[in-house]
This record gives sequence, structure tokens and C-alpha cells, in this order.
Amino acid sequence: MEPVIRVNGLVKRYGSFEAVKGISFEVYKQEIFGLLGPNGAGKTTTLEIIETLREKSAGSVHVAGHDIDRDADSIKRIIGVQLQAAGYYPSLTLTELIGLFAGLYNMQVDAEALLKSVGLEEKRKSRFKELSGGQKQRFSIATTLIHKPSIIFLDEPTTGLDPQARRNLWDLIRKVRDEGTTVVITTHYMDEAEQLCDRVAIMDSGKIISIDSPEKLIDKLVASGFERPREVRKASLEDVFLNLTGHAWTEE
Amino acid sequence: MLAISKASLRSMLRSPSAVIFTLLFPLIFILVFGFIRGGGVQLDVGLDLRSDTQNRLFDVLSAQPGINLIPESDAEVQLEQLRKGNIDGIVRLIKSDSGDSSAYRLELTTAVTGGEGAVILRSMLEHLVDKASLDAMQPQQRLASISQKVIQSREYRTIDFILPGQLGFSLLSSGVFGTAFVFFNLRQTLVVKRFFATPIRRPYIVMGEALSRLVFSLSGACFLIAVGHFAFGFTLVNGLSTFLAMLGLSALGLIVFMGFGFLVSGLAKSESTIPPLANLITLPQFLLSGTFFGIENFPEWLQPICKILPLTYLNNALRLVAYDGAGPDQLWLPVLIVAAWGLLVYALAVRFFRWE
Repeated sequence: MEPVIRVNGLVKRYGSFEAVKGISFEVYKQEIFGLLGPNGAGKTTTLEIIETLREKSAGSVHVAGHDIDRDADSIKRIIGVQLQAAGYYPSLTLTELIGLFAGLYNMQVDAEALLKSVGLEEKRKSRFKELSGGQKQRFSIATTLIHKPSIIFLDEPTTGLDPQARRNLWDLIRKVRDEGTTVVITTHYMDEAEQLCDRVAIMDSGKIISIDSPEKLIDKLVASGFERPREVRKASLEDVFLNLTGHAWTEE
Repeated sequence: MLAISKASLRSMLRSPSAVIFTLLFPLIFILVFGFIRGGGVQLDVGLDLRSDTQNRLFDVLSAQPGINLIPESDAEVQLEQLRKGNIDGIVRLIKSDSGDSSAYRLELTTAVTGGEGAVILRSMLEHLVDKASLDAMQPQQRLASISQKVIQSREYRTIDFILPGQLGFSLLSSGVFGTAFVFFNLRQTLVVKRFFATPIRRPYIVMGEALSRLVFSLSGACFLIAVGHFAFGFTLVNGLSTFLAMLGLSALGLIVFMGFGFLVSGLAKSESTIPPLANLITLPQFLLSGTFFGIENFPEWLQPICKILPLTYLNNALRLVAYDGAGPDQLWLPVLIVAAWGLLVYALAVRFFRWE
């Protein structure tokens, strides 16, 4: 496996507070890599440093062989970034926004095909602010794909979405991965990480405390003699909800 | 960069307040002042200081309500005021030569374009002389003979004063309020941050935004000038070239005012602190920069303040170009002062500018 992102001893200090305390990890090509952890663990900070949006205090970061200190511009060209919150002119239509971002990368884009790939072709004349939460996130992912990047970064893409919207966002993310793009995602939902990620790094208070595939992490825990206090039921309430309301994409 | 301009321009056109501030407000003022046009029976009359003021007739004249005598020692300045329509006429009252039947001669000068003001003034003076003669118990012999001289002039209407002022104000508010709000919101909605994750360079983001505002506000300026010219006879002395010169000045003014906007958006801690800060910059200029009335109407102590504000110079330059067809020789000073403000403001804006 070939690493496309190499992070080594990364530190980020805000005054005397250390938000990221010397973490190291690698992300491999074409995998979905999850940064997990509670709020305030330093996930977003780490992501924004790799995305070239934030200065680091120490350590080194290489993206596809480019050193972030020397070659941030080359990195910007091959990554797609989705921020936790909006980041778009609220009153422009989706087609216009895609035109804008295509302009920023200096390229021509078939807006219709792009919107179709994220299931928003019927919304192409809607304004960004008129979209539902799930649609905003799908659109946001579409804009990260405009310039056919080799890596995309998604910061808590499913926070605040209903179960259906989360599931079809997972499908979309898997599709993006299957088409050859590496995906780095942050989340604080463990079920999401378990279903979606090929490998995860668990962060807490600015440190990575464990890193492996979800299965292996679970196996390790079970091997250590861990048992769930209650017997596992055959279905969860979420399964009931999805069964009743259907898996179909909901157009709120 | 052009992609940003295009997107930003679209965004602006969809924001009702931007359109209202740029077009509607100034347009309403232009309409109001265009319609009231002078009005009232108050006549401003220049008094030639060579007049004989030690007589009855002068007392009657100066006591007459509706006539406001304005002494002026420089005859040339007085004639210029008359030509521009600042005053309705000039009177000179002198003792007659011995051969005349009346004791005094009242010389009235009015302008071709004086309109009803000149007519009313003439009839009022006739009436005053009659009344003074009656009072002097000499009805058969008039106290003074009246002669009238009419000088050539171009019409200087209220609109010729109001429109450049409104145009300047429109540029000021669009530049300051628009830029401050838009940039603050772009920061707040993370649009700027999202741009950073793309290969676009930072100065291009600002330039792209600025360019879109320039296009937007100058279109507004074209519209205001067109309405003024075709509906209210606003004077464009050299036609198209005057119009282009006005647009050039507008662009300069707007760029400087946008600097204030950047400064405000950098200083403002939250969205609610933008209006007070922006008003702090626009309101004094709105009132003191000759937007509605010439700054010479303000008390002495206010004049120095009026004379440092950039809008004062922009307004003056616009008026000089539109009505007098001023060339570079007359414009370099106001342009230089506006540009100096630009340097100062941008230096401060760069100092306080924040991307996040």
C-alpha cells in the first residue's frame, strides 16, 4: 500500500494550549480514512493543516509527495475540501456556484453531469440556501470533485442529517472512493466509521491513541476479554425507523 | 478572479438592499429635488456695493420681506453667481444725473435663464418704487427710474447641483456599506476559507470582489446620470466625454470608498457593529460634503471639516466636470486629495484586514 499523505510529529499550538500534540499517521491511496474522536479532540485542526488552510507549529506533512511548507499550491490543485459549515454564496444557484469553482480551478465543467452524480440534477436552479441539510452536504461534495482531485477531505459531513440522508451520503462517499479518489473524513459517529472507513485513527485531546481498520480494533478489544454488558439485539431502533420510512432518498 | 467577480455580482443583484442603496435612495432624492426646483417667493438679490444706501428707497428695499439682499464687493463673482442661478438678480441704486426726472436710478441685472425669479423681481421693484414714491407724497414724480439689463447665461438647475452630490453619496454608501457587509459575510459563511482551499491567490479574491462592485456601482452611476439627463435636463456640458469623465471620477471615488469598507469589515467584531462604524464614516460626509447644499452654507467653524472630507472633493470635481467642462488643470487638486485619502485608508485597511 502506497501512502498519499504522510504526517509526522505534527504539532499545533494556540498560545500555550496544544491542540495537536505531535501526531503521526499515513493515509493510503484509494482508502476511506477516518479521523475519529470527541469534539475538541483536534480532528478539524489536523484536517485544516493538511488542507493548507492553517499553519502548523511543528512537524512535517507531505501530500502526494509535496511538502506542505514548500509546495502548498501544488497540494491545493490535487485536493478537494469540504468545510464543516457552508462556504458558498447563499443566493447563487448550484449551476452558478459550480461555474464559479470551475473558474477558480481554471477549467470547464459539465455542471449537469456533476450534479447528476450526486443526485441533485433537479435542484440545479435552486439557490444554495434553499437546499436541505443532506442536499447541502451532497452539493458540497460535488464541489470538491470539480477538478477531479486525487484526495478529498470531508469534515463531519453527516452531522445533523437524518438516517436516510446519512446512508445515501455514505453510498456517495463509497462511490467516490471506488472511482479512485482517496477520502479523508472526520466524524464522531462510531457506527459511521465502522460502516464506511477502511481504516480509522482515534484521536483524543490532540493525540492519536489508536490506528487500524475498524474490524481489527474490534477484534483486539474482544481478544482482551471485553464483553458488552447487554446482549446484542437483532435489530436497533434505527433499523426499525429505516424499515418503516424506507431507504429511498428523501427530498425534504 | 473573473469567476469571483461574476459570482459576486450575481450575489449582489439578488440582494435587495444593495440595489436600494445604490439606486433607489439617490433616485428618490433626485426626483424630490428635481421637482421642487427652487420654489418659494424668497428672492436672493445681489447688492452692488457701489450703491447709495443712505436713502429712503434703500430702506424700503432692504426691509421688504421676500427680498434677501446679499452684498458682494467683487462684481465678477456676483455676475458668476447670477449666471449660475445662485441669485435671482443684482441691483445697483445710484443718484441720478441732474437731467433726470427721478432722484435715483435703480439698475437691475438679471440672467436670460432667470425664469420667473427675474420676472417677479422686476415687478416687485416697480411696486416698491411706486410705494416709496407714494409714501414720499410725490406720486407724480417717481423716486427712481428702473432700468433692466439682461445678461447671457446657461441654465444651472437644482439638478446640476443635486445629481453629482447624490452620485457621490451613492458611491460612498455602496463602497462602504456594501464592501463591509459583503466581505464580513463572506468571511462568516466561510466562502473566503473555501476559496483558500483552491489554487486561487489571495489578492485575486479581493480584486475579484472589488471588480464586481465597480461594475455594479458604475452601472448604477450610468443609470442615475441618464435619468438626470433625460428626465430633468442635467447638464453634461460636453456630452459623451463629460459622461465618461464623470464615470472615471466615480471609479476613483468608489475605489477609495471601498477602502473604508475593507477597513470597517476588518475592524468590526460582529455583524451588528458594522452599521455604526459605517455610518460614522458615511453620515458626516453625507451631511457635510455638499451633497444637498453647498458647503458655504455651513458656519465658519465647520468649514475646515467640510474641506478635508474626500466626498467634498469628489462632489466638486463631478460638478466641475459636468457643468463647467473642467479639464485636468482644474481637476488635479480634488483628484489628488481623493487619491491621498485612498492611500491613507488602504494603508489602514491593510493593517486591520482579516481573512478569518
